[in-house]
Amino acid sequence: MKVVVDLSRCQGYAQCAFLAPDAFRMHGEEALMYNPTPDDAQREQVLRAAAACPLQAILVDQLEERDAPVQAPPS
Amino acid sequence: MSSADTLQAFKRDGRIAIVGASLAGLRAAEALRAEGFTGSLTMIGDEVGEPYDRPPLSKQVLTGWVPAGGTTLPRRRDIDAEWLLGVPADGLDLATNHVHLADGREVPFDRVLISTGVRARPWFVESEADLDGVFVVRTREHADGLQRALAAGPSRVLVIGAGFTGSEIASICRERDIPVTVAELAPAPLVGALGAMIGEVASDMQRAHGVDLRCGVKVTHLEGDAQGHFRRAHFSDGSTIDADVAVVALGGIRNTDWLRDSGLAAGVWGIACDTGCRALTLDGLITDDIFVAGDVARCPNPIYEYRLISLEHWANAVEQAEVAAHNMVSAQADRWPHLTIPTFWSIQFGVNIKSVGVPTFADEVVVTQGSVPDHRFVAAYGYQGRVTAAVSFNNAKWLDHYRQLIETAAPFPPPCPTPDGPADAKPVPVDFPSPQLLAQGATVVVTGHDPSERRVTAAWQHR
Ligand SMILES: Cc1cc2nc3c(=O)[nH]c(=O)nc-3n(C[C@H](O)[C@H](O)[C@H](O)COP(=O)(O)OP(=O)(O)OC[C@H]3O[C@@H](n4cnc5c(N)ncnc54)[C@H](O)[C@@H]3O)c2cc1C
Ligand code: SF4
Repeated sequence: MKVVVDLSRCQGYAQCAFLAPDAFRMHGEEALMYNPTPDDAQREQVLRAAAACPLQAILVDQLEERDAPVQAPPS
Repeated sequence: MSSADTLQAFKRDGRIAIVGASLAGLRAAEALRAEGFTGSLTMIGDEVGEPYDRPPLSKQVLTGWVPAGGTTLPRRRDIDAEWLLGVPADGLDLATNHVHLADGREVPFDRVLISTGVRARPWFVESEADLDGVFVVRTREHADGLQRALAAGPSRVLVIGAGFTGSEIASICRERDIPVTVAELAPAPLVGALGAMIGEVASDMQRAHGVDLRCGVKVTHLEGDAQGHFRRAHFSDGSTIDADVAVVALGGIRNTDWLRDSGLAAGVWGIACDTGCRALTLDGLITDDIFVAGDVARCPNPIYEYRLISLEHWANAVEQAEVAAHNMVSAQADRWPHLTIPTFWSIQFGVNIKSVGVPTFADEVVVTQGSVPDHRFVAAYGYQGRVTAAVSFNNAKWLDHYRQLIETAAPFPPPCPTPDGPADAKPVPVDFPSPQLLAQGATVVVTGHDPSERRVTAAWQHR
């Protein structure tokens, strides 16, 4: 699964790191580091973290069946 | 047909092309669909593969935590686009509304969004830039190569340029226990973006973490061995340093070359647009169908005296893309202006650095909260007696307060909002190394005499 955190909004409350420690961790006192491609097995935890973020800064992939873009044929 | 009908027809059956398929391009595409655009959407991008996120490249990826290929951006919805990837656009015809691709194809459009961003500024001597072990960091491939080189355990890394990217890379080298030398022409790291006072703090941070920081010197020459591997760098003061990896972190070049003959106001500072993200022509006329967003845009900001400002900030790319997308499918009276106060973050040496506003638009700076020696403080920037920006080191929760001060043109120096204000909070000159020419434009010349033939043309040779 794919995740992105809008770190300009994130205020380092660390709720996400508490709820999904494999995907989100604190770096130093208040900086958030996250895994942009957490294992699918962590989906439940990551969704719970996204829902719990007070700033709604965590965006999770909404596409189940993604239509992968096709590369232009070489000319 | 009324203009409302025309707009409805366009939303239903129109053709939109997006050139530059990265953060701004993807977010705009999603927003267009969310706004009810059901016409055809073409995504043109010179990189192969899905749009991905860049900030983790100089952070999570280089520490080795996340593979370079693992930063693909999540999608909020299916955008049902035709993807033309792996081929650059090399021209835009405003007369016939076509994007030309480098492979000869033409993409017709009713409206186009340009979000071609910036590329890394390469080392200025090509043969030296081509040495094994010399890197830049802008793309996934770059980050992958550098992460492998770091994992191989180099004896020393040389980082050329101590802006945000260079400083983040130096920080990661120390985290990975790799000896690192940072070379910076300015008197301190980050001065170009944040001024001399913060530059001094950044110097302290680097040295406290064991970085061999060398300021006020220029790297003049990168030397390779017989196998073509980088081994040594020469400095302007005559000294040399041995290292196996050199990271060139000298900022970016805006991807506007492909618009050279388009008649748009595109140049080294980006593509000028209005706050509605509509591009300006060289003559300064606003176009109807050409929109711009992200790192490549130069947008006027009323808070900053309507100066055209280009930003290389993640949040700006996202917000501008959403405004551009909205305006592409809205009637004149429903259009939005992009007026958000810029925000930026960086993570280095365990410190969360964040800014709000435009720190370069300032003549004075003052520490308003916290303690500088502890690397935990807020500094406010002022221009002619009003607050224009703020920077926090491990104190980000206060930035909203400063954003409000900026938006209300609060007097500078602002009162300290908490009792933890430093006792001797005295404003000092902000002291940027050279005047920041935020308003510098493409070099142009005026031609013609009659109003009907008076035009401006670009003088690219002055670049
Ligand atoms: C290593 C790194 C770390 C960063 N860290 C931070 C951070 O901590 N905080 C922060 O706020 N910002 C950060 N940024 C900046 C942030 O990533 C950018 O602001 C953001 O990527 C801008 O998005 P964009 O879509 O405008 O441009 P880009 O991401 O540059 O995308 C432009 C796309 O257009 C493509 N393109 C260019 N020319 C053409 C052409 N002629 N035809 C077709 N396609 C073309 C490019 O290849 C690219 O894919 C960082 C950037 C980098 C590189
Ligand atoms: S919960 Fe939200 S605000 Fe808190 S650290 Fe995580 S992303 Fe940031």
